[in-house]
Amino acid sequence: MNNAIEIKELSLSIEGRQILENISFGLGEIGIACLLGPSGCGKTSLLRCIAGFEELNHGEVWIKGVIASKPFHHLPVEQRNVGMVFQDYVLFPHMSVTENIIFGLKDQRAARTKERLDELIVLFALEKHISKYPHQLSGGQQQRVALARAMAPRPGVLLLDEPFASLDIELREQLARELRSILKQDGITTIMVTHNQLEAFAMADIIGVMGDGKLRQWDTAFNLYHEPKTSYVANFIGEGVFIKGEVINSIEVKTDIGNIKGHAPHSFEKGEKVRVLIRPDDILHDDDSKVTAYVRGKAFRGAEFLYTLETQNGLYLQSLVPSHHDHPMNEPIGIKTEIDHLVIFTDEDV
Amino acid sequence: MIFKKFSESFCSLLKFSRLNLALILLALFFCIPIVIVCGSLFFPAKDIWPHLIDTVLTDYIFNSLVLLIGVGFFSLLLGVIPAWLVTMYQFPMSRYLEWAILLPMSMPAYIIAYSYTGVFDAAGPVQTIMRELTGWEYNDYWFPEVRSLGGAITMLSLVLYPYVYLLARASFIEQSICVLEVSRTLGCNAMDAFRRVALPLARPAIIVGLSLVLMETLADYGTVQYFGVSAFTTGIFRTWFGMDNSLVAAQLSAILLLFVAVFLYLERRSRKQLAFNHTSNRYSPLLKQKLKNSSAFFAFVICFAPLLFGFVLPASFLGQWAISTYSEALDINFYILLLNSLSLAFITALLALVIALFLGYSNRNSRLFINRFLVRFISLGYAIPGTVIAVGVLIPFAWFDNSLDEFLTLHFNFGSGLLISGTLFILIFAYLVRFLAVSINTVEAALGKIKLEMDEVAKTTGMSHVRIMRRIHVPIMRGSLLTALLLVFVDVLKELPATLILRPFNFNTLAVRTFELANEERLAEAAVPALAIVIAGIIPVIMISNSISRSRPGYE
Repeated sequence: MNNAIEIKELSLSIEGRQILENISFGLGEIGIACLLGPSGCGKTSLLRCIAGFEELNHGEVWIKGVIASKPFHHLPVEQRNVGMVFQDYVLFPHMSVTENIIFGLKDQRAARTKERLDELIVLFALEKHISKYPHQLSGGQQQRVALARAMAPRPGVLLLDEPFASLDIELREQLARELRSILKQDGITTIMVTHNQLEAFAMADIIGVMGDGKLRQWDTAFNLYHEPKTSYVANFIGEGVFIKGEVINSIEVKTDIGNIKGHAPHSFEKGEKVRVLIRPDDILHDDDSKVTAYVRGKAFRGAEFLYTLETQNGLYLQSLVPSHHDHPMNEPIGIKTEIDHLVIFTDEDV
Repeated sequence: MIFKKFSESFCSLLKFSRLNLALILLALFFCIPIVIVCGSLFFPAKDIWPHLIDTVLTDYIFNSLVLLIGVGFFSLLLGVIPAWLVTMYQFPMSRYLEWAILLPMSMPAYIIAYSYTGVFDAAGPVQTIMRELTGWEYNDYWFPEVRSLGGAITMLSLVLYPYVYLLARASFIEQSICVLEVSRTLGCNAMDAFRRVALPLARPAIIVGLSLVLMETLADYGTVQYFGVSAFTTGIFRTWFGMDNSLVAAQLSAILLLFVAVFLYLERRSRKQLAFNHTSNRYSPLLKQKLKNSSAFFAFVICFAPLLFGFVLPASFLGQWAISTYSEALDINFYILLLNSLSLAFITALLALVIALFLGYSNRNSRLFINRFLVRFISLGYAIPGTVIAVGVLIPFAWFDNSLDEFLTLHFNFGSGLLISGTLFILIFAYLVRFLAVSINTVEAALGKIKLEMDEVAKTTGMSHVRIMRRIHVPIMRGSLLTALLLVFVDVLKELPATLILRPFNFNTLAVRTFELANEERLAEAAVPALAIVIAGIIPVIMISNSISRSRPGYE
């Protein structure tokens, strides 16, 4: 067993209600995984199963090669060697920053403790705040203390429950990148729960998309976006629309906006009716193109516009266009398709 | 145009200052007792003090200190541990014990003292049976003396620990369960989590509860008087009525106030700390751990014992006596007694509510520092022992009556007699000084729920002031106003020392009658009025326990 975390066929139901169903994944040492999904999909429950706050009905949780949970076997939370950061940090209000950070260290007077404290204070840039109390800190500072506190005992796995949710939206992505480099530097295996894709993309080596208590796909951010395995994942990750198509051969599909060719063969039969995922970056704006579509909606995104376009035959598509191409509503603009990844599902799937 | 503007602003200034003037006068009026008591220190009574110091003062101080330490210790023990157990664990009856532990609150200390004395004193049934079974005589054996300092500590602890329980429990409930979960992920087991996180977090709340207990201990008169323990309150009575020296009584009261001030300071400071003790606004519902076998049994015993000794036993003693005496006790005099007590309590409660509303609204409409300060100051009255208030009320009004009488006799040839000090007026005034805090706190909490923006929204829809009051304020506050009324009502029913000193001649209440009968060693007859007080006392206990369960975050 080489993985730091191994989840096998995990199921959880609370008071007769199925919360999690048959979840399996593994995460290697120093890996950073994100559990991504809408609220109520069970991602926090999964985190709590790993932490040991919930007892399993089925399956196993292994942490650092030790079995932590299986039915009728439940290692108490305090013996699992996990660190956890809660959504609003829950610092101990009666303790200073220093006292909070060293709370979980066994021998608080040992030289090693001091060493670890200093290390974390530098890592999280908390030098100026060590003797302050939680109510004197800003949200971002509280978050850093909470992270330092959870990391201090060098847990086998660090669990983060929406760690950026209480912070300003503008800060989140940047903080996620910073946190990623800190975690890698400290060599800690991490599982984070979030409902925000951008945070997940910024943080994770690997992402688990969850829906309705199931793990829908366990993959890299790039693959989730470009090669979603199910329409659920395709819908949840990124933007896009599905259009009707008919399979021509193993790499090509005929649609109302022309024939679309992928790089890898798909598994659908010739003549089968399918749906094709069209991402906004698959549709390019080209003034020279003979194919035109009307601008039916536009959202300014800074560097680019997200246009909603209606084609001549009544299809709605989305397109990302550099923002110096500012077209008024209902104007026809030239478009062309440039699709690298042909993503298709059966008609019923969508 | 300019003139109109000017006059408008002048009017608003005038209106504002009139309201303010009324507020200041009212506040000053309620300060009279404290000013008189503290002011007495500036009139040294040289001939008496050396004598007092030589004889009784050390007794007063020593006994009061021992009382404070003893009651403080036992209240912590009886309050904190059950609070933790019922918050975190499930065991037989725990759902009922949760609120039943509060029941001893309904039992005034002097009443529990009477009931235990009746049962465990040398002449009581327990020792009588013991003698009959063994053939011993009175002095052949040792039996703990109920009427002693130790007895007083036990009685007071048994009825006062609910203050600690209440605040500790509120704090344990309020602590986000996440805080405890975090400590588990950092390697704490359940015991560590209690010791290192829950208890330190609850400390300010526990200190608030403890301060209230200690203030009540200092204010107690009925128990120490009955047990013959020389404490401050009994000393004040003795100096006033025995030595007929009101000045020294006031000075003793001032010293007592000094003690009170210490605890008051402690309480206030801890309340401020409480504000910082929240770092999480998310609460997961408390999942109580189920205790099994012996640990469940011990938890039950620990939680049930204070209830048993603080309420069940004494109440059943009283009930037993009441059954044997009610046919004689329930005569016309008892109904007069009941009527007196109820109407006195009701009038006081109503007045307290009206004044609290006036103060609350004036505070709400003008955020002036002086207003807030005055309201805060008036609401310190709950800390002042009834005895002290009585002294502080009686001295100035007696002086006023005497001066008026003298003046009228001199100039108009007729006397006014004791115009005020012989009437219910000063008794109600004294009650208000002591209990106004209760209604002020309740009314302010209720007003706090009505945001100023609500008024503004209503105004933008064209509502008149009257309609805003009727449609918004009254519905939101109704429950709280009733609570304020009931709490003061019951407090007045239970009050003993101030009533004892200030009641008009021949005017009796349930509390006073209980006291008189007990002091005439007619304990069985005292049971009926005592039980009436206890039953009334249960009402606020129920209200308090309801409001706690509702206030619990994440409570379904």
